[in-house]
Amino acid sequence: MEYFAKEYDVIVIGAGHAGIEAALASARLGCQTGLFTINLDWVGNMPCNPSIGGTSKGHLVREIDALGGEMGKAADANMLQSRMLNVGKGPAVHSLRAQIDRREYTKYMKHCIEKQENLELKQGEIMDLIKLENGLWQIRTRLDALYTAKCVVLATGTFLGGRVYVGDVSYESGPDGMFPANALSIALKKLNVPLRRFKTGTPSRVNRRSVDFSQLEIQNGDDEIVPFSFDNQRELENKLPCYITYTNEKTKEIILENLKYSPLYSGKIEGVGPRYCPSIEDKIVRFAEKERHQIFIEPCGAETEELYLQGLSSSLPEHVQLAFLKTIPGLENVEVMRTAYAIEYDCVDPLALKPSLEFLDLEGLFGAGQFNGSSGYEEAAAQGLVAGINAALKAKDKAPFILDRASSYIGTLIDDLVTKGCSDPYRMMTSRSEYRLILRQDNADIRLTAYGHDLGLISDERYNKFLEKMEMIKSERNRIKRVSVQPSKELDELLEKSGTAPLKTGVRFSELLKRPQLNYELLKPFDKDRPDLPKEIFEQVEIEIKYEGYIKRQQAQIDEMRRLEVKKIPENIVYKDVVGLRLEAQEKLEKVRPENVGQASRISGVSPADVSVLLIYLNKN
Amino acid sequence: MSSTIAAIATPMSAGGIGIVRISGEEAQQIADKVFKGVKGIKLVDTQGYVAQYGKVYDGDTPIDEAIALVFKAPKSYTGENVVELSCHGGLYVMQRVLRAVFNAGATPAQAGEFTKRAFLNGKIDLAQAESVMGVISAQGQQGLQASLSLREGRLSKKIDEITNNLISSAAHMSAWVDYPEDDVPELDFSVLKEQFESARESLEQLLKTFDSTKAITQGVNTVIAGRPNVGKSTLMNLISGTKRSIVTDIAGTTRDVVEQTVRLGEVVMNLADTAGIRETDDPVESIGVDIAKKRIESAEFILAVFDASQTLDKEDKDLIELCRDRNVIAVINKTDLEKQLDTDYIESNFKNVVYISASSGDGYEKLSDCAAKILGTDKIDTTAAVITTERQRACCVKAVESINEALSAMDMGLTLDAINVCIDDAVSALLELTGKKAGEEIVNNVFHRFCVGK
Repeated sequence: MEYFAKEYDVIVIGAGHAGIEAALASARLGCQTGLFTINLDWVGNMPCNPSIGGTSKGHLVREIDALGGEMGKAADANMLQSRMLNVGKGPAVHSLRAQIDRREYTKYMKHCIEKQENLELKQGEIMDLIKLENGLWQIRTRLDALYTAKCVVLATGTFLGGRVYVGDVSYESGPDGMFPANALSIALKKLNVPLRRFKTGTPSRVNRRSVDFSQLEIQNGDDEIVPFSFDNQRELENKLPCYITYTNEKTKEIILENLKYSPLYSGKIEGVGPRYCPSIEDKIVRFAEKERHQIFIEPCGAETEELYLQGLSSSLPEHVQLAFLKTIPGLENVEVMRTAYAIEYDCVDPLALKPSLEFLDLEGLFGAGQFNGSSGYEEAAAQGLVAGINAALKAKDKAPFILDRASSYIGTLIDDLVTKGCSDPYRMMTSRSEYRLILRQDNADIRLTAYGHDLGLISDERYNKFLEKMEMIKSERNRIKRVSVQPSKELDELLEKSGTAPLKTGVRFSELLKRPQLNYELLKPFDKDRPDLPKEIFEQVEIEIKYEGYIKRQQAQIDEMRRLEVKKIPENIVYKDVVGLRLEAQEKLEKVRPENVGQASRISGVSPADVSVLLIYLNKN
Repeated sequence: MSSTIAAIATPMSAGGIGIVRISGEEAQQIADKVFKGVKGIKLVDTQGYVAQYGKVYDGDTPIDEAIALVFKAPKSYTGENVVELSCHGGLYVMQRVLRAVFNAGATPAQAGEFTKRAFLNGKIDLAQAESVMGVISAQGQQGLQASLSLREGRLSKKIDEITNNLISSAAHMSAWVDYPEDDVPELDFSVLKEQFESARESLEQLLKTFDSTKAITQGVNTVIAGRPNVGKSTLMNLISGTKRSIVTDIAGTTRDVVEQTVRLGEVVMNLADTAGIRETDDPVESIGVDIAKKRIESAEFILAVFDASQTLDKEDKDLIELCRDRNVIAVINKTDLEKQLDTDYIESNFKNVVYISASSGDGYEKLSDCAAKILGTDKIDTTAAVITTERQRACCVKAVESINEALSAMDMGLTLDAINVCIDDAVSALLELTGKKAGEEIVNNVFHRFCVGK
């Protein structure tokens, strides 16, 4: 029998990476928040790879941290191994990635939520979601409890209408053997939420004792570990290595022979899979000329023998999986603990959302994470944070918090989703940011800490520390533009050895540092009065000096972009009344309903002439 | 700071006075690079609202005389700094002035951009808004159509090819960076460099062909060739003598060659009468042939004139050889006289043969139709082709600049991220012509070509 249980300010459905950040942000902003999950033991679960970060995803985690989110801290606290990727390819694309102890991570997150003031974590499947006449949203749990809230954040991941596929076997299921959320799908359809089917997959997990490591290449972590969190106080160390192996002709043969049993190739799965996360059968078919594919073997935790086989996601029948695994060096006697599977789930067309992640047509309802058509823990957490902040702001009748493309990868991610939409699960990539020389992982704090502090998610203490850092950067930058270096035999030797021209006359230290062949470390003997500063200060100054020209160029592009970004479009605009707008542009604009002219200009099918027409119309009215 | 834009602000018609308008923060500085007033006062140093007389230069070459008028922000049409250069050289000269302004740092104005800026700066009576929006929209449509028809052309195919090559390089860099642990082929900087250099070379090549495409709107360099007395001058008079066809007269630097920009039907020609040949013909015949040869070789279009009332001689046959595989019309003149010429021989050597009587004007229509057919009147849609080509040119120039920056970053030993961003900019500049978005194209290419992802 239904009973009324409680009224919250904000309800978050789903306690994965998106839901956690949403709930924490909302509670930290002072809203009474309820966080609902199907299984209380798997809060912040990693149903796929046991790692956080990676190219551009590492950027997202550092941005989440700079805004006061939890993911970076949790990753630092539970890491098994850390590596900075792309070192040598330039600071813009340096990316941090850490292997994570999966069970410890969920423990950390659950405890963090439990301790959070204003936040209640509850186990319960949500069966219904309706809007009450008084404007509040109401949810009903499987045990018939009714909760209401001003705002609801949907962060349902792969649970929503989830269905698992392994060969010809398929059944309704969430990830990792948990229940799917079927009833909620029906409730959302009643609300006219435009749902679609996406799919993703995960490889098998195997027992460590069955792997022959003598045949494998080892991959260790970095000697010097960079934490995700700018606020990290912990000593970080590598605990476990990863290993590398490869598929071969035999693997390929078995897979090709059994392709007919794949639900993807037999047409059973209708969901759209991610292009960047192909199953091994996909890779073998699409890149037939490749002789081998690389496999990473990653630890799932320090207190488990489970290993994750990155690169081998599959939906072939279990016995076929076993057969092809055994062809791989090191896995000849492999003991599989969990079989690889594909999972199909319901998600929304993100064009139905605003940049605040609120639905255009359903006031107070927000979406985040895989529900919005993205993929990846970091992408989910980033959206969760923004959705949670905006749900809280909405509950307090405050204006939404929106990050533009030039501010962050988070802004780029959300703008891409709500402006361009996605035809397959969206993954962040550095190449998706046109401003990536400015949006670096090393300066995420410089770009975003002030926002976090203004919102109330970054403490005064942390903010003051940040201001001190900014001051140090400024004074060091001024110093090296002031002090000069005189030519000397020793310096010329160094310059020659580094492959750059000797000095004829004295130059400013900054001029020397500008040369790509040189760096702070090399020039130390010639910089006698160098102050004793933290390493990241020198790093920041060096990047700013070395890439000055390119950064200025991008900054000019950003300024140009922001001129259109401040031209707001009223919500009640009727595009068909805008004289001179082409039909295609009218339809696209009507669908996306952009917040400002900048967003409008990025919609495919809206031409520069349409943008001009729109600008004039707006000025007129 | 917004960019400084420029465009021809008066209707694109041949002849008369036209205005090149420059608007934006740097308007005076840019104008100063191309305009030298007779009083020697720089436009940045003037009060404004006073006309200055002077000359417009492209580099060191004077192009035209002009009046410069400076408007200072916010008291101008757009509300920004504005310089208007009033020139009187007709379409061709206006285009050169505009080109010089672009070379000095202005970017081409989009359709309706002056008006847009005027509105945004609150300069225009709001009651006019709707009609102006209609105009801009119409211009946008037109621009779209022009680019569509150009897309089918050879030029834009070439641009597509270059763009795709650059996208492919950019995608390789992206895959290499976004999937550092995947099996993406190692980037070879010397190969990348070659790719960039080859893209730059193709673009520069294209920029040259743009120049010859422009010759079509500015006038095709045309030579009337033939041995003495076949009626070249009469033909020249026939074409230029019709008042309606004259565009401008440009006196040749040497007295013996008269060049005229004329219109033969739809085709604009810079017509050269090789009158000089006759005078140098007698004393040293070989010199005359040499001059004719040179003229014919450098011409873009040839009217080879033969006398229907005479039999073929050696000079005629030499001319036939010179015209082989060229854009040429064999004009058989004096059809009103008794036929002596072996026209079958002419017909078998020329794809296009037109019979006329230059003195009576019979056959003129056929000649103009034939010229239009050979030179492709579809390419000579003056308004569309000029605008689009100028835009295309500007985009190609921007792309070349970005590639140069990438190459210099490489030479300096800068890291891949800086190089990558420059190539993205080059791709964006080229994609501006098709309206596609660089980011999307590159990401699509990554997943299409590389086996990446866990």
